[in-house]
Amino acid sequence: MLNCCGHYEKFCTNFSGLPEAPCEGNVLSRQSRHLPLLASLLTLLLLLTVGCSAADPQNTLGSNLGIVAKKQADLFWTVFAWATIVFVFVESLLLFTVWRFRRREGAPEPHQTHGNTRLEIGWTVVPALILITVAVPTVSLLWELAAQPAVAVDVNVIGHQWWWEFQYPNMGTTDISNPSPSWGPTCPSCLVTANELHIPQGETVEFHLTSADVIHSFWVPKLGGKLDVVPGKTQSFWLRGDEPGMFYAQCAELCGIQHANMKFRVVVDTREKFNQWVQAQRQAPRPPDASALEGKGAEVFKAPANACVGCHTVQGVSAGKLGPNLTHIGSRTTIAAGVLDNTPENLKRWIHNPDDIKPGNLMAPAVRALNLSNDDLTALAAYLTSLK
Amino acid sequence: MAAVTGSLAGVVPRPKTEHGFMGWLSTVDHKRIGILYGVTAFLFFLLGGTEAVVMRLQLAVPDGAVTGPHLFNQLITMHATTMVFLVVMPMSAAFFNYLVPLQIGARDVAFPRLNALSYWIFLSGGVFINLSWLIGQAPAAGWFGYANLTSKTFSPDLGVDFWLLGLLILGTSSVAASLNFIVTIVNLRAPGMTMMRMPLFTWMTLVVAFLVVFAFPVVTIGLVELGFDRFMNTNFFNPLKGGDPVLWQHLFWLFGHPEVYILILPAMGIVSEVLPTFSRKPLFGYPVVVFSGIAIGFMGWGVWAHHMFTVGMGPVANTVFTLTTMFIAVPTGVKIFNWIGTLWGGQITLPTPMLFSLGFIAMFVIGGLSGVTHAISPSDYQQQDTYYIVAHFHYVLFGGAVFGLFSGIYFYWPKIWGRLLDEGLGKWHFWLMLIGFNMTFAPMHILGMNGMPRRIYTYPAGMGWDFWNMLETVGSLVIVLSLLIFIANVFKSRSNGKLAGNDPWDGRTLEWSIPSPPPAYNYATVPVVHGRDAFWSVKYPHLDHEGHGMAAVAHAPAEAHGQGGHEEHIHMPQGSLLPLIAGVGQTMMIGGTVFGVGSPVSIIGGLLMLGAIFAWCSEPINE
Amino acid sequence: MSAASHPAEHATATGVDNRKLLMWAFLGSDCLFFGSLVATYMIYRGRSLECPLPGNIYDIPYTSVSAFVLLMSSLTMVLALAAIQRGDHKGLRTWLVATGLLGTVFLGGQFYEFTSFVHEGLTFDKNLFGSTFFVLTGFHGAHVTVGVLILLSLFLVSLRGGLPQADSLTVELAGLYWHFVDIVWIVIFALVYLVPAPVPVDPVTHQLLECAKETVAAVAH
Repeated sequence: MLNCCGHYEKFCTNFSGLPEAPCEGNVLSRQSRHLPLLASLLTLLLLLTVGCSAADPQNTLGSNLGIVAKKQADLFWTVFAWATIVFVFVESLLLFTVWRFRRREGAPEPHQTHGNTRLEIGWTVVPALILITVAVPTVSLLWELAAQPAVAVDVNVIGHQWWWEFQYPNMGTTDISNPSPSWGPTCPSCLVTANELHIPQGETVEFHLTSADVIHSFWVPKLGGKLDVVPGKTQSFWLRGDEPGMFYAQCAELCGIQHANMKFRVVVDTREKFNQWVQAQRQAPRPPDASALEGKGAEVFKAPANACVGCHTVQGVSAGKLGPNLTHIGSRTTIAAGVLDNTPENLKRWIHNPDDIKPGNLMAPAVRALNLSNDDLTALAAYLTSLK
Repeated sequence: MAAVTGSLAGVVPRPKTEHGFMGWLSTVDHKRIGILYGVTAFLFFLLGGTEAVVMRLQLAVPDGAVTGPHLFNQLITMHATTMVFLVVMPMSAAFFNYLVPLQIGARDVAFPRLNALSYWIFLSGGVFINLSWLIGQAPAAGWFGYANLTSKTFSPDLGVDFWLLGLLILGTSSVAASLNFIVTIVNLRAPGMTMMRMPLFTWMTLVVAFLVVFAFPVVTIGLVELGFDRFMNTNFFNPLKGGDPVLWQHLFWLFGHPEVYILILPAMGIVSEVLPTFSRKPLFGYPVVVFSGIAIGFMGWGVWAHHMFTVGMGPVANTVFTLTTMFIAVPTGVKIFNWIGTLWGGQITLPTPMLFSLGFIAMFVIGGLSGVTHAISPSDYQQQDTYYIVAHFHYVLFGGAVFGLFSGIYFYWPKIWGRLLDEGLGKWHFWLMLIGFNMTFAPMHILGMNGMPRRIYTYPAGMGWDFWNMLETVGSLVIVLSLLIFIANVFKSRSNGKLAGNDPWDGRTLEWSIPSPPPAYNYATVPVVHGRDAFWSVKYPHLDHEGHGMAAVAHAPAEAHGQGGHEEHIHMPQGSLLPLIAGVGQTMMIGGTVFGVGSPVSIIGGLLMLGAIFAWCSEPINE
Repeated sequence: MSAASHPAEHATATGVDNRKLLMWAFLGSDCLFFGSLVATYMIYRGRSLECPLPGNIYDIPYTSVSAFVLLMSSLTMVLALAAIQRGDHKGLRTWLVATGLLGTVFLGGQFYEFTSFVHEGLTFDKNLFGSTFFVLTGFHGAHVTVGVLILLSLFLVSLRGGLPQADSLTVELAGLYWHFVDIVWIVIFALVYLVPAPVPVDPVTHQLLECAKETVAAVAH
């Protein structure tokens, strides 16, 4: 049955000779010519919305972007501009065509056009030309990003389920005149930390990525696009933070049950602040005051039955490699891989029942059996907080 | 021997009837098989949609408490696996099955029993993979199951086993059906129907069939290698022994990219039938639309690694795939313009099938354009694995394929059932679905560029994601509402829908020249074809510039009613239960290994399958 | 391949029988199947982290003989088809048996070769070489086995008088499948056995793997 609504009802024929359905109203009558305008307004609104979220912590198109992210955003906007032009043109053409060629009363059957070679060549060639135009800056940026500028800082990144290990080769020992090139779990001269990365402002940092288990993806949205961390291989890319600040980051490749909570923070410091941070991280932590709560916490930490030392490293105290290095955990802004703010209360919550925060995480089975008392937990939190 | 006809020495009866339950179980009629595919696919659509709605409820607010992380990961995996393999592909197969023989003037496909086999493998395979839900061990490693998350070490439960065995099973169904359609289309066309006179939907079916038979073996090997890693401790994707998890990605996406063209081309074929009908003029540039479909089929093999831009393949590989991906937009764009060219100068009416086809074009343009932004690899380094990607593929798969398939459902419903779907309800369905769809998926572009990764079961407040997530969840509920209206429409049509007659839409191609529903033998006399849109040329010879048409006796009005006296002289292949037994047997044989290689289920299944195959070889077409 | 098939096939648009077209399309698909397995093998050559390696294990003369046996079976298959096409049923059965026997000898040879490899320490799970080699050749062997079963079935059907001269297409289809499996073996033999593999280096010590040293030394002589 044909929809013969609008002005032309009485002239509309139905080929099976059956009665027509009552008219449900003309859907696209006079409003249709305003649709191209509507489409453009909608696009503008979308753009504004995106722009308004520039302050969001993982926004990739707004302000405060690192140089790599900025170039990627600029390229995106260029392509998006072309895409918008094509979108407005094609959608308007579609809507216009449907409106303009609505079936009219008594009109003859349309000319049975089979094609138009010139038009068809045209609409093959013109998109190809637009694509070539876009391909030039694309390939150019691709190669610019692949060739890195002079590197100021190297960072090794090892992805784990569900936390991030960072190592700074050659910065771990006080004697940097004899740097060791090797790295990894046995990197002797590496400064090792976890879940919070510091880099100096305005200087190129090269990241060398690998995984200890499955494929993850290292992504600091405001600094630049991501690169996967793959077990069994090492691959590198560079980023540069041009504005100081705290940048949010998270894993961007499904890696198991706590993929959503495998986050980290990147702190872009001035060069002086960065050097101070390195110095502080390089030192052994100050010994805990035995008479205070932190001293009791240290005993809880070291007690073999509590198993902390089996998984975690605190320089001078323990050498576990399964979990994050905790030597200077007190200096970090977050715990549990960027999930909780680093406060004594949160430390207690996390250690008491990691499954509450990150169900399925790998620390939970070890801790579940422990049944630490509230006092133990408070002391432990105090100890860890003291590890600045 | 006459009394003991049939298979397995009389153990399995050879049904002689098309009626009742037994008729459906033993059917080899392409039209019935098409209906079986369509109904089954729609039920899986409801299942996959439910999985999606649960995910949306979880993500509606930050720190959602609807599902835990493992269930969420199971939902993302099963939702996508269901939609790709149990909905879009089988629904397309429903149309291949129903339409292709009608469109080429054939009585059935080349191998009717093989055709039935494909359906029963699909049904039993779909049931098998969903059994994993019943034991609480649905797969949770994503629908493209990246190694080495899928290894036994990191996915210890049976989920990944169900997934990989299920896909192996479903793959055999698709390959068998595609081989059947290649032979059917190449060999069984009516006299005078050259390749360039075939309806466009049939052309797209042929391209898709070739893509399936060449792409599925590649993923089969990937799945086999994964299966060997899990069951036999081989090292294909084991980095500890030198294996490379990225090899899985290459094997998967070598299949996976042609797969997305497999998903979209049938819908494009449907749109290419619907637009000319309701514009009352031929498809603009038919040869170009055919060749762009073929071009997409070929070029689709050269773009796979654009799914891997952030894996670290290096600048040379990334450059190559950036360029190939950008250029595959050209034949795709050509189709869009040719469709608009079809509309231009026409006499357009807007019944529901036409609305869905127009909606397809509008939504597919958006999905295609976001796809081009992905091709720009440096920019894709930000977009990859975010909601921006989720937006893109839903625009092309839902806004594209699903809208196109609904267009086909509304268009061909009267042909299949003899009754029309209600236009009023149809329009409600369309507009609500369009609005709900855009509410759900448009904001995902924003979320992606705002840094929200995909496949996360929860997110904290303060990221700027809250409002859009809530809007998307509301949108998904609007989609649900639109589907309820569709279901109501189906019931209304079946009970008292308006009778359709042969040709309710004033169609252009051969299938509109026979009764609705068609008789079992389709065409009383095989038509002889002299041009494209052969039926239109018969109805409107004065409009047919090229002087073509269809010289066939079979379509005089008298024969449209009582099925002539010809039926006794046309031998249609008899039904058989062997495809059902062989199909279910194969699923048991392969799926049964989830309980261990050599498990009882597996052995019994294997014996059933082998027995059925042997009986099949000696079973005549008709007793 | 129905023994009691429909007597008169409808004319096809290409003139090629439906079943023949089906077989060709299927074999095209199977090319991608083996192609992916061979590609996996080639990608992983020289990347095993442990011994044994191809150079330590392969017995090229032995495998050449078994390849020759399979090649001869294609000849006997051709003879079988020629026999049925001229109505020589005895000839058909003789050559079918010959083909099946040669195929079985090949399979026996494979079985012996694989068990000797296992004795020398190469298993599925040992290293990349073991995984890729056994899965590739195993699937090929499975294809040969299916072929032998098909030949046996045809032989039995012919014995019962169910394979008339007019039905020679059935034998031709079996022949196409058999030749395909043979060609795949030629490809495997060339790429897997004959082309020398790069020698893997231990990623930690940067030395040649122990067992590789002897093969390099052997080549040097």
